[in-house]
Amino acid sequence: MKKTIGILAAVTSATALSLGATAGTLDDVRAKGHIQCGVSTGVPGFGFTDDAGNWQGFDPSVCQAVAAAVFGDTSKVKYTPTTGKTRFEALKSGEIDMLARNTTWTFSRDVDLGLTFVGVNYYDGQGFIGRKSLGISSAKELDGASVCIQTGTTTELNLADFFRINGLSYEPVPIETNEEARTNYVADRCDVYTTDASGLAATRSTFDDPDAHVVYPEIISKEPLGPLVRQGDDQWADVVRWTLNVMINAEEYGVSSANVDDLKGGSDNPEINRMLGSEGNLNEMIGLDKDWAYNIIKQVGNYGEVFERFLGANTPIGLERGLNALYTDGGLLYAPPMR
Amino acid sequence: MTDAPYQVGQHPDLPPPPSTTGVIGWMRNNLFSSWANALLTIASVLLIYGLATSLYKWGFANADFQGASRNDCTSGGACWALINVRFGQFIYGFYPESQRWRVNLTFIGFLVALWPLLFTGAPARKQLLWYAGVYPILAFVLLLGGFGIEKVETAKFGGFMLTLVIGVTGIAVSLPLGIMLALGRRSDMIFIRAICVGFIEFIRGVPLITLLFVASTLLSFFLPPGTSFDLLLRVLIMVTLFSSAYIAEVVRGGLQAIPVGQQEAANSLGLGYWKTMYLIILPQALKISIPGIVNSFIGLFKDTTLVAIIGLLDPLGIGRAALADTKWQGLAGEVYVFVAILFFIFSFSMSRYSLYLEKKLHVGHES
Repeated sequence: MKKTIGILAAVTSATALSLGATAGTLDDVRAKGHIQCGVSTGVPGFGFTDDAGNWQGFDPSVCQAVAAAVFGDTSKVKYTPTTGKTRFEALKSGEIDMLARNTTWTFSRDVDLGLTFVGVNYYDGQGFIGRKSLGISSAKELDGASVCIQTGTTTELNLADFFRINGLSYEPVPIETNEEARTNYVADRCDVYTTDASGLAATRSTFDDPDAHVVYPEIISKEPLGPLVRQGDDQWADVVRWTLNVMINAEEYGVSSANVDDLKGGSDNPEINRMLGSEGNLNEMIGLDKDWAYNIIKQVGNYGEVFERFLGANTPIGLERGLNALYTDGGLLYAPPMR
Repeated sequence: MTDAPYQVGQHPDLPPPPSTTGVIGWMRNNLFSSWANALLTIASVLLIYGLATSLYKWGFANADFQGASRNDCTSGGACWALINVRFGQFIYGFYPESQRWRVNLTFIGFLVALWPLLFTGAPARKQLLWYAGVYPILAFVLLLGGFGIEKVETAKFGGFMLTLVIGVTGIAVSLPLGIMLALGRRSDMIFIRAICVGFIEFIRGVPLITLLFVASTLLSFFLPPGTSFDLLLRVLIMVTLFSSAYIAEVVRGGLQAIPVGQQEAANSLGLGYWKTMYLIILPQALKISIPGIVNSFIGLFKDTTLVAIIGLLDPLGIGRAALADTKWQGLAGEVYVFVAILFFIFSFSMSRYSLYLEKKLHVGHES
């Protein structure tokens, strides 16, 4: 009898807990005092640990920006390293509050898996890297080439499509991981290696003679990478989405961590004023502090700053902005206005 | 002198011919007994020499030990600077630096607790055994905090410390559990036997990696959202269950090797089931099972690297995250060699101890 009561009590308290948890991720996050953020277990430039053991990179920056928006403190993030296999379950089960982990926005993930992609923070696509000594300048001249390819990924399918459309033949060299691909490619077991262009650039940066290799201009797939949250909590999705949008808009309006202090008091541009809170009440609509956008830009930086810090020309990865430039510079980044 | 007559059987022993003794004799017998063997020997020596020298050049002579990034490694050999800079991470994971003494203390305490368990000759063994009994609680408090010391979340556990926590917990808990399962499987009580057989066969029929995925993804769906049932704890439970099923089968093998006469003799002396098991059957069965048990333990210890797949940062996970730092990219060889050395030290000591134990317990039947 006692046992039954115990079980009943456990069940009711569990239900109470689960009801309590649906109150909203933003409230939950505030109550526990930190954001639990899912990151990768290591992708060059996008997510890695520094020598002191802190998570850094292009993706963790998004989490830090959300922490800056919610708490005004980038350190209030706890990271959960997730792998390609555990990431979605970790998010769906509530173990993490948001996922920022090189995740491609696809139809089935968005619709079928019950997740909400809040935007795109990196437009990637599959490309090819080959030796300059091959003497070709385009992937369309790769007829008969041997290609190192990671098995079981969408890249494999994209590759087959590309060669079929262009009527070329190729010889696949199946490999398992990026590190293995690098080794095989360096050892000349394949003519070219194909994976996401950002990965190619990162891999190339580790070669002894990066200049002897060339990334061909053809990008054969769409890989929009972005942060995501659980479906069904629009308030929290808004917070993450507009954190990202603030970073992009800030770059467009020319607001950076260097000049945000000057602009905070007010400026000639009403967009900036609304964003930084000297005009209007955007912060009340989203339920955050008045300084939320200021904190993001001051503590993390605008999109361009973050890009340059981890991926840009001054890093060993040395990626061009390309598609990830603002729409005003011929790229795809276009955030809705702050009004 | 040599001509002196001897009685039959009185001649003093002559030394063996010099060509069959000493280093030369040994080499002639073992390395150069025929042309084919001589060729093989020379080829092997050359091969070993070549490997050893290139390894030495790569790992020591041309290696860099200091530096802040890969660019500082200019000698062309291994770049141990990465290991040097991140040694703390490889050992302690993200455990706060100011609190790392607690991990060290736990480890020393572990060695002290191990001493009376492993060696009967330890001084003050009785007191030490008591200490070993309460050690798990001590370790728990030391590592996690509470009772006045700063709390550290298990999410901060990583590196080799994580390997040891998982490995040691799995080993320590799975042995008694495995013995119980083995006894249960041979029990006359049908219900207990059915449960044990079902459990063992289920666990043995499923790969560890599947159980780890269940632990990391599925379990949290059964729990109310918001209640975070610690991931490390879930992994520990799964690893322990997995290992106990294997131990159970190893121990069952030992139990079956004991002649039924032993049991009958114990019964005729009036010993009950538990006394029979404790005094007669298990001591013999476990002695037989030692190689198998230690084999399982070593396997378990190495299997802990699988947790990297569900996002726990064991030494391999730490290595992967470190290699993603653009400062250190492309040093996979160094990381894996280092991790391999760490694992070898522990696995090799375990296997040596098992040999020692077998020799020590080797009192009776030589088979």
